[in-house]
Order: sequence, then structure tokens, then C-alpha cells
Amino acid sequence: MSQDDQAQSHGEERHDTGHDEVVGTGIMPEPTTESTSGFPGSGAVGARTGMFGVRGSGDTSGYGGLVRQIALPPLAKRPYGDWYDELADAVAEHLGEEPRVVLHAGELTLVVRREELTALMWQLRDDVRLRFELCSGVSGVHYPEQTGAELHAVYHLLSMTHNRRIRVETSAPDGDPHVPSLVSVYPTLDWHERETYDMFGIVFDGHPALTRILMPDDWPGHPQRKDYPLGGIPVDYHGATVPPPDERRSYA
Amino acid sequence: MGLEEKLPSGVLLTTVEGVAGYMRKASLWPATFGLACCAIEMMTSGGPKYDLGRFGMEVFRASPRQADLMIVAGRVSQKMAPVLRQIYDQMPEPKWVLAMGVCASSGGMFNNYAIVQGVDHVVPVDMYLPGCPPRPEMLIDAILKLHDQIQHGRLGGNKQEQVVNNENAALRALPLIEDKGLLR
Repeated sequence: MSQDDQAQSHGEERHDTGHDEVVGTGIMPEPTTESTSGFPGSGAVGARTGMFGVRGSGDTSGYGGLVRQIALPPLAKRPYGDWYDELADAVAEHLGEEPRVVLHAGELTLVVRREELTALMWQLRDDVRLRFELCSGVSGVHYPEQTGAELHAVYHLLSMTHNRRIRVETSAPDGDPHVPSLVSVYPTLDWHERETYDMFGIVFDGHPALTRILMPDDWPGHPQRKDYPLGGIPVDYHGATVPPPDERRSYA
Repeated sequence: MGLEEKLPSGVLLTTVEGVAGYMRKASLWPATFGLACCAIEMMTSGGPKYDLGRFGMEVFRASPRQADLMIVAGRVSQKMAPVLRQIYDQMPEPKWVLAMGVCASSGGMFNNYAIVQGVDHVVPVDMYLPGCPPRPEMLIDAILKLHDQIQHGRLGGNKQEQVVNNENAALRALPLIEDKGLLR
């Protein structure tokens, strides 16, 4: 299937599910974990209604009738087209199996298990066919609905030799939020991993000094998780009280 | 028949407080405490166009021990709060704090877990300056109002009395929710 076919089939799926919202690439759970939803090809994994804010406030103004299906882009099948096949060949050689690849919006994401991550990253950096010299950081994502793979770590790589960009995504369950540290491969990830730990609670095993970087050292919780409250105080102003943003009336 | 009648020409009478206030207000040494976009306006105020040098305070000290005015320019995060307090503690008395912009004054648009909801939770504030960010003219206006406050500041026992009076007045002040003024 060429890249155009990919896009087309994705478009068809969008048509089927109505208002489709893509919330990131799907990731398979750990092999031992049973899970049924939230992974490539599983279609809609949920729906969002209205805007952000509290639910069920009884508001009948008509706003927020919007229902959006949440779907993940499916795993791509060969041929990927362009230079992607070349890259996938090299990666398959190192992994010893066909890599799981998500192609979305013309960008390639390698989906890897966390056990494979360190070895693969060394190869991505050093192999002459790959040569991804620059890692511009690690992002965290929290998908509470993906049982067994709630926390994702996403690495953005740039090959200056080949002028190529890819993404590498791995995941960890909430109950065991450990991902190997890649500071030994990309020293620049030192502070990025501290930030992702601070905001999402992903523990990067092997990091030289994994402490909080943005929040105070004694801060409880990890603020960028979906279940972390926004906080804030009600504001009094000339006889009226305005509640903090996440407690205001919902238009759903 | 006061003393003034008997003085030769060229002699003025005043109080120690008056002279001290006059000298103090004309020699403020601001500490650099730029935390966000307000800092850009603060720097502009010190530049040639707005020229805080006209009021003898264009040099922003990078060392708190050589400063007596802290202009808190920007939002103060929970992590920055102890740093801010330490810098305030390092400044020698007498010292003043100017909360520049809505974020430093009340948290502003950042009504969330990460930002201190007003720098007066951490240090006593002498002057609040609204705006997001306030223009240099507004900062200069706030500074001139603070100058006025400093010039009429008290010393010694009078100072203690002034502090107590200010505290009592603040305790008696109605919260805004009770404010039934013209805008109600």
C-alpha cells in the first residue's frame, strides 16, 4: 500500500466514524498484559462530547452537542513509500523482526517495546543508514483509557546526514512506569527526562540524577497527567465570584 | 511667634523624617527581578526612551545586598517563591516591594496549581501595579507613587505606629465580594 493509499484508507475510516479525533499513535501493550482497546486498528476507542470542563451540569443552551470519536491511526503496512522502507529495513535488521510503524500525516513513528528501546536508539544514532544524530527531546503522553500502556514516551529524532525526521514511541503501564534512560545515547536527554518524570511520573531507569526540574522537590503528584486537577482559586470581583477554569459551567 | 520668625534668610526648617524621606525617595536602587514579559517593559523603562534615570534609578542592581526596591516583574511560580523570599531577605532595610503586573499582584491569568496567587503571599507589597503587562508609563507612575509614599514615610516610633495603623486599616477593609460600590 502506498502512502497515498494509506491516507485514503485512513480517510475512509474517518468517514465511518464521523468526527474523528486522532489522539496519538497506538501502542501495543506489554506482551503479558491483556487489553482490548486503544491500539492500532481498533478504530474508535472512545468519544468526547462538548468542550472541556465539568460534565453533566444540566446546561441546556444547546452548545456542546458535538460528539467526537477518538481513534488512533492504524499500523501501516509495507510498502511505506519514499525513504521509509529503507529505514524500516535497517530497523528490522536490528530488531530481528518487522518494526511496528505508524504513518500519519506523512510522518513516521516507530512503535517499540521499552525493553528494545536502548539498543534500538544506539543503532538509530550510529548506523550509517540511519544516523539520527539529534534527539530533540522526550515528550510524555498520558492515555488513561489505554489499559496496560497508560504512559507513553515519545522521542523526536533528526538525521542531519540524511535530512530525515522520525519519531520513536514507547509505553509503560501506570502500575510500572519504568522506561530506560537514554542519557547514555543522547546526553541532551538529561533534563528532558527529568521534565517528563516531573510532569508524568515516568521513571527513567539509569538516569544520573532523576529529580524534579520544574516543580518544587517536595511537590506531590505529576501535573500533566489527565487526572491531575488544574487547581486555582475562586476569584471575587465586585460582588461576583468566578470559579477556577476547570470548575466553571460546562457547555456540554 | 514661631522660631521661623527669628531665622536669618536662607534657612529652612523641616523634620528628620522629612529630610530622610526626601533623600530616600531620590535614591532608590532597584533589584533586577524580571520573571516574565513584564521584565521587558521594566527594561524598556530603564532605557533611553522612558529613562528611569530621570528619577535616579536607571541602574538595576544584580545583587540584592546593594538594592532596596524589588520590582517583581512577572508571575511567581511555586518553585520561584522561596527564591524570591530569599532575595527579599538579603536586601538591607529599608526596602520596598513593587508587584508589577496582574500576575505578581494576584496570579492574573494563571489561576492554577503552579503559580503563587499574588506575591503578597510571600513578601509584603508596598505598591500594586495592574496591567498585562503594564506599559513603561504605568511602571513609572507606580514608582512615582511609591516615591511619594517613601517621602512621607515615618521613622522610629512613628514608623511602628504607621505599621500598626496600616495593618488595622487592612484588617478592617471589606473583601471585594462585600463591595457594593457604583459598579454593582
